[in-house]
Amino acid sequence: MTRPAPSSSAAKLPPSLAANPKLSSWIRIAPEGRVVVSPGKVEIGQGIVTALAQIAADELDVEITRVQMVRASTAGSPNEGVTSGSLSVQQSGRAIRQACAEVRQIFLAAAAERLGVGTDVLDIGDGTISGPGNVSTSYWELAGEVSLDRDATPGAVAKSSSQRTLAGHSVPRLDIPDKVFAHPRFIHDSPLPGMLHGRVLRSELSHAALVELKEDGARKVEGLVAIVRDGSFAGVVGQTEVAAELALAALRKGANWSSRETLPDEDGLAEWLKRQPAELSVIASKRASSPLAKTRTIRRQYTRPYIAHGSIAPSCAMAQWNGDRVRVWTHSQGVYLLRTDLALVLKIPVANITVEHMEGAGCYGHNAADDVALDAVLLAKAAPGRPVRVQWSRADEMSHAPFGAAMTIEIEADLDAKDEIVDWRHSLWGNGHTARPGRAELPALLAATELATPFPRAIATNPPQANGGGADRNSVPLYDFPSWQIECHRLTTMPIRTSALRTLGAQGNVFAIESFLDELAAERGEDPVEFRLRHLSDQRAQDVIRAVAKRAKWKPAKRDGAGYGLGFARYKNTGAYCAVIADVEGTEDISVRRLTIAVDVGEAINPDGVINQIEGGAIQATSWVLKERVRFDSTRITSNSWTEYPILRFSEVPEVQVEVMSRPELEPVGAGEAAHGPATAAIANAVFDALGLRVRNLPITRERLIAAMELAS
Amino acid sequence: MPNIRFRLNGAETDIDADPDTSLLAILRSRLGMTGPHFGCGAGECGACNVIVGDHAVTACDTPLWSVANKDVTTIEGLGNAQSPHPLQRAFIAEQALQCGYCVSGILMSAAALLKRNPDPTSSDVKAALDRNLCRCGSHNRMVRAVLRAAAEMRTP
Repeated sequence: MTRPAPSSSAAKLPPSLAANPKLSSWIRIAPEGRVVVSPGKVEIGQGIVTALAQIAADELDVEITRVQMVRASTAGSPNEGVTSGSLSVQQSGRAIRQACAEVRQIFLAAAAERLGVGTDVLDIGDGTISGPGNVSTSYWELAGEVSLDRDATPGAVAKSSSQRTLAGHSVPRLDIPDKVFAHPRFIHDSPLPGMLHGRVLRSELSHAALVELKEDGARKVEGLVAIVRDGSFAGVVGQTEVAAELALAALRKGANWSSRETLPDEDGLAEWLKRQPAELSVIASKRASSPLAKTRTIRRQYTRPYIAHGSIAPSCAMAQWNGDRVRVWTHSQGVYLLRTDLALVLKIPVANITVEHMEGAGCYGHNAADDVALDAVLLAKAAPGRPVRVQWSRADEMSHAPFGAAMTIEIEADLDAKDEIVDWRHSLWGNGHTARPGRAELPALLAATELATPFPRAIATNPPQANGGGADRNSVPLYDFPSWQIECHRLTTMPIRTSALRTLGAQGNVFAIESFLDELAAERGEDPVEFRLRHLSDQRAQDVIRAVAKRAKWKPAKRDGAGYGLGFARYKNTGAYCAVIADVEGTEDISVRRLTIAVDVGEAINPDGVINQIEGGAIQATSWVLKERVRFDSTRITSNSWTEYPILRFSEVPEVQVEVMSRPELEPVGAGEAAHGPATAAIANAVFDALGLRVRNLPITRERLIAAMELAS
Repeated sequence: MPNIRFRLNGAETDIDADPDTSLLAILRSRLGMTGPHFGCGAGECGACNVIVGDHAVTACDTPLWSVANKDVTTIEGLGNAQSPHPLQRAFIAEQALQCGYCVSGILMSAAALLKRNPDPTSSDVKAALDRNLCRCGSHNRMVRAVLRAAAEMRTP
């Protein structure tokens, strides 16, 4: 058995494994012939469970059907923080690959001892370990005598890409059959024995105070178990879902609310963001060694609105109290982080709380998943010993869950006499892009701010630049400009609640940078592909742009009312490279006909999974660009239904072609967020190509086109 | 409580319930059919679609009384792992979903389409699914899967 020599990267454990070193917390070998893999990351519809199973099966030399994936739980899973930022393959994948490599080595050593031969003559096939002369044993036979209750060591060497048989291949997703046959996998579909149903009463008003609550109507509802009130938090528990809904409707009639918050004027949002108290950070600053002479300066402002996560499922959770201990079932992206915040609110030790993950619908970031878990915990207190399931309404989901933050972005470029860029300044204003639970002294859960003794609302912050930043994500150009200054103004007020939405600030920043570059190229009369290539020294960046240009036959001949545009970014400047060419048409309403995409994610563990994520991301971005904008008046969010907050429909979806660059030798990175920024910019640039109109304020709706037309004339 | 009778996935079913209760609530909580999903409660997303007679309808805003003596088919009645409907096979073959929460409703809209139009074009499929929302962006794969199932069903 030959293994490659240890490389220098093998000298250190992957961070997730270093933080949770016990091998048995990741991998167990079950004597009946199964490999039990327990990642800290969770399935949110992105296919991560399949990719991780592929990695484990490959490294251990077992059929993937033997791999059983365990849902994350604070009862025993490794703590991998939150499933976000397209990091699951990087973090969990590397940890599982390394842990499995060591487990394989441990079992090989045990087999060698049992069979009386050296490890170098042993081979493993589907868990059976065999050597010369037909001697053999197996993981399953050895499971009883090999303990994995030991810490991982950096010595084990994982297989090289050429030795892998599953990673790198499009293995069908493990969860898809259950979903097409409607076998319950979703938390929504998994009733517990003796379960009751809860509903929370929330006002349409933002951050409202409950001044008066008449309970008599609700008390008359048959099947009512309890009415719960704590300050402005109120809800009902019923024997059945129907009873809970009826009681809630009755309670709503008896509620009197007062508004505590004035929301900004949505039409003056861009300027409002610039006027708010804010914390200024310099994100990057680069000075040219010999400053170049500028002859003129071009300045543009771009904006994006608040965007809703818009999960198709309303958020749902279950909770059950037993004495002073509570068990919680949730589709949160971070079970340990949620537990931390629940402990803060309940003022009990984390050891008294168990949080288990169950699948929800795609969440696309921090939606109300964590909020509804606290709701369930609070309502379940009224029914000790009984599990209580709480589900939000569509209207609450669309108005009280956090939104992706609105952004105002201003870019200035100094140009020299030949119209070359000599200095670049990028300033952005907006709320922070994360207010996830478990990371601050204050809980980030909605009901915590509604209790009689309320916690102050946690103002969204931005993750550090080392983690890819937040509002500033992708604000530093990947292009070789001689000097630049990048600044971020994070609001310290937050009348509209924001937190992580897929890509954080990257979608806005890439839209702004790539639109502005397109404007500068047009100004020079230079081809936008050539213009970008000329400013990029990164070979992988050049490769995806060249690949997409070739595939889209750049630049197709001009047709009336049709246009083509390019967008490019490397997600977080450290993740996947993605270039998109959009093909749009229309005069009053824009329709995107086709998106052609090239992406480089390093090693693609599951190429079809990568295509699915990129394609889905590009279509979701098309929806954001053409249709989406959270609407509000001075007291409330008004876009609280699918009618008021339309998203892209089947008849409006573009054709999408994805080319995945082959990079099996490079570290794998995530694909879930790579396409949004480039697709957004490509569409906006294609609109300019088609109509000669530069729309700098998203979404690109008919009214925005008219506004751009008026500005141009 | 009045008694309401209908055929659910081919089986005669009697329910004592308020006739104004939504079909979705009855299916999910009284009859244990969790395939149809609650999404919006207002007939706007299609996650709860079932087939009544020959048409896909949103079960969340269909009152129980309106299905009296009718045939109701849910995803559970479409097929199962042992005996899958061609649409279910095709959705697996095309890996036509990401989170899958919308998919049971989409399969029912597609099944209703294929009943009335066994040879749909891509535009026909998109039109038939236009009232179903998918947030993950799996639309194109779903359209391909429906066309694949249709082709399979037309092959004798």
